[in-house]
Amino acid sequence: MRYFPLVGFLLLFALPTLALQPEERLTDSILEARARTISREIRCLVCQNQSIDDSDADLARDLRRIIRERLTAGDTDAAVKDFLVMRYGDFVLLRPPFRLSTLVLWLIPFAVLICGGISFWAMSRRTINAPVSLTPEEKLRLEILTKDHP
Amino acid sequence: MRWLYFIPVVIFLSVVGIAGYFLLSGENPQVLPSTLIDQPIPATDLALLDDPSRLTATSLAIGKITLVNFFASWCLPCRAEHPQLMSLSKQKDLSLTGIAWKDKPEDARSFLQDLGNPFGRVALDISGRTGIDWGVYGVPETFIIDAMGKIRYRHVGPIMPQDMDRIQSVLSKLQP
Repeated sequence: MRYFPLVGFLLLFALPTLALQPEERLTDSILEARARTISREIRCLVCQNQSIDDSDADLARDLRRIIRERLTAGDTDAAVKDFLVMRYGDFVLLRPPFRLSTLVLWLIPFAVLICGGISFWAMSRRTINAPVSLTPEEKLRLEILTKDHP
Repeated sequence: MRWLYFIPVVIFLSVVGIAGYFLLSGENPQVLPSTLIDQPIPATDLALLDDPSRLTATSLAIGKITLVNFFASWCLPCRAEHPQLMSLSKQKDLSLTGIAWKDKPEDARSFLQDLGNPFGRVALDISGRTGIDWGVYGVPETFIIDAMGKIRYRHVGPIMPQDMDRIQSVLSKLQP
C-alpha cells in the first residue's frame, strides 16, 4: 500500500506513445481527422494485427503519408481506400467488405444466434412440460406415507 | 430428441477439422495473395544503377520471361535468397531485374559486388513508392512476368532451395 504514490508517480511516465509523428500531420485539421479515421481502418501489412495508425513500421508510415497525399490531392475517403485495395487487396482493410467471398464470415454470427435461439426455445418448452402428474400407484404410496405422519 | 445432444459435438468436431486443415495445409496466412496476378505491370519509372536509362513498365515487357526481384542490402533474408537468384541467372530463357527497395545506391552496389550480381539491370526505388505500387510489403519479393508483360506469379519472402521446384514449374508453364 505504501508504494501507491510511487506507482502512481511512475504511471505518469507511461503515456501512450503515438506511432504518428508530428511532422506527418496535415495543417488542415479536417483533412487530418479524415486521414486518422482512414488510418485506423487500414491494416499494417508488416505487423498484420495493427492498424497503420498504431504501427511504427516503416511501411505503415509510408502508407500514412500516401493517405495524406491522396486526401490533399482531393480524393474521397473511398477513393483513398480503393487506392490501397488495388495494391494490397481486401486484406488491407481491417473491416472486411460484404462480398460473396466474405458472406460466410459475415453471416456466421447471425446463424449462431439463430441456432442458439432455437435451442433455447426448445429447452424452455421442455421444462414447462416437465411436471408430470403422479401415477395411481405413486398417489397410493404418497397417501400411505403421509397417513402415519399427519 | 436425443440426437440433439450430438449437435454440439458435431459443431465442435467440424470447427476442429476446419482449423486443423488450415493449420496442416502448410499455407502461411501471413502471405498475401497478389492483386496483380494476370495484371499488367503497374506504372514504373525508376533510375538504374550505373546506367543512364530508366526502368519502365514497357521496358520490362521484352518478349522474354522476366523475373523482378525486390531486394535491399539491409535485408538479411535477401542474402539467404541470393544463391538461388545466382543459379536462376544462368538460365538463358530468363531475364533477371533487381529493384533495390529503400536502399542507398552505394549500398546496393556493394551488396552486389560482395555476393555477385545475378541481375541484367538494377533499378533504384529509394523512396519505396514503386514497391508500394507493386503491392510489396517487405523484401525480398519476387514477381515473374511473362513475355507479354503480364505479372503471372508472386513470391513473398526469400526464394529458398525448397522453393526452386515451384519457381521452375511456373517458368516452364510460361515458356512459349
